[in-house]
Amino acid sequence: MAYSDKVIDHYENPRNVGSFEKGDDSVGTGMVGAPACGDVMKLQIKVAKDGTIEDARFKTYGCGSAIASSSLVTEWVKGKTLDEAIGIKNTQIAAELALPPVKIHCSILAEDAIKAAVADYKQKHANELPGAPEKQVAHG
Amino acid sequence: MQLGGTGGASPFFIHMTLNIAQDHFSLFGLPSAYVLDAVALERSYREIQARIHPDRFVNSGAAEKRASMQWTTRVNEAYRTLKDPVLRAKYLLERAGLDVGFETNTAMPPAFLMRQLELRESLEDAKDAASLDALSTQLARDRHRLETLLAAKIDAEKDLPGAVGLLRELQFLSRFGEEVGGAYQALDE
Repeated sequence: MAYSDKVIDHYENPRNVGSFEKGDDSVGTGMVGAPACGDVMKLQIKVAKDGTIEDARFKTYGCGSAIASSSLVTEWVKGKTLDEAIGIKNTQIAAELALPPVKIHCSILAEDAIKAAVADYKQKHANELPGAPEKQVAHG
Repeated sequence: MQLGGTGGASPFFIHMTLNIAQDHFSLFGLPSAYVLDAVALERSYREIQARIHPDRFVNSGAAEKRASMQWTTRVNEAYRTLKDPVLRAKYLLERAGLDVGFETNTAMPPAFLMRQLELRESLEDAKDAASLDALSTQLARDRHRLETLLAAKIDAEKDLPGAVGLLRELQFLSRFGEEVGGAYQALDE
C-alpha cells in the first residue's frame, strides 16, 4: 500500500517524540491500544497556567499511519485549550494524512489518545477546576 | 452411514449427515466451549475433508462439484476459526451478540498498555536470538495466562461479557507475537 507524502514525512521526521515526567502536575498522559493491529500509543500534553496546551509528546509502536497520526496531533494540540483539543476528530486526521480506509483506525487511535490525555489531566486537577462538573463544549 | 462411497459421490450423501448451517462446533461434533479437544478437532476435520474433498468429485456432475467446493470452504473456515485461540473466543463471544471492538475500541487497561510499551521497547533493543527467546518466553507465558482466564470465564463462569477484555488482550499479544516472529526473520537476513 502506498503511503501519502504527509504520512511518510511524519514517519521519517516524527515531531515531538518522547516523554514528559509522568508525575509532573502540568502533564496529562493518555495511553490507548488497538487490538486489531497491536499498536500502542502514549500521548502526553503539558498544560500551561492559562489552561492551553503548551507542548506535547508521543511514543507510538505501530505502523507508519499510526506514527504519523500521533505525530500530527501533537502538532495540532499545541496552543489549543483542553476543550478544543478533545474536539479534534479522527476524520480530520485521516483527511490531512490522506489515510486509506484500512488505516482509519490509526486516526481513531490518535483521537482517543488525545481524549485520554486530557481526561488524565482533568482528573489530576479535578479539585481545582472552578465550577466542576465540566460543561460540554460544542466541537468546532 | 456411508458418505460419498466409492461408487460415485453425491451431494445428497453429504447433506445426510452434515448441515451447512450448523455452527462450527457441532459441525465437528465438538462441545460448544472455549477449551478444545485439539486431537478430536483434527480427527474430525480430516474425516470430513476426506468425504467432501473436490478430488473425490472429479467425475461427478456440476451440482456435486459445487457442493463439494462449498463444503470445503465452509469446513476449512470452521477449522481455522476453532483451531485459533483468538478466533475461537471471538466466535463464541460474537455468537452471543457481543462486540469485541478490535478495530473500534482503543480503551485498554493502563497497566496492560504499560507492559505492551515495555515489551515493544525490549523488542527494539533485542539484537540477538537469546534476547528474542527471552521475549518469546514471556509472551508465551502471558498468552497462556490469558487463555486460562478465558477458559474460566467462558466455560466455567459462563460470563461471556467478562471475557471480552481478556480476548482483546490476547488478540493484542498475538499481534505482538507476529512482530517477534518478524524480528527473528530479520536476524536471519
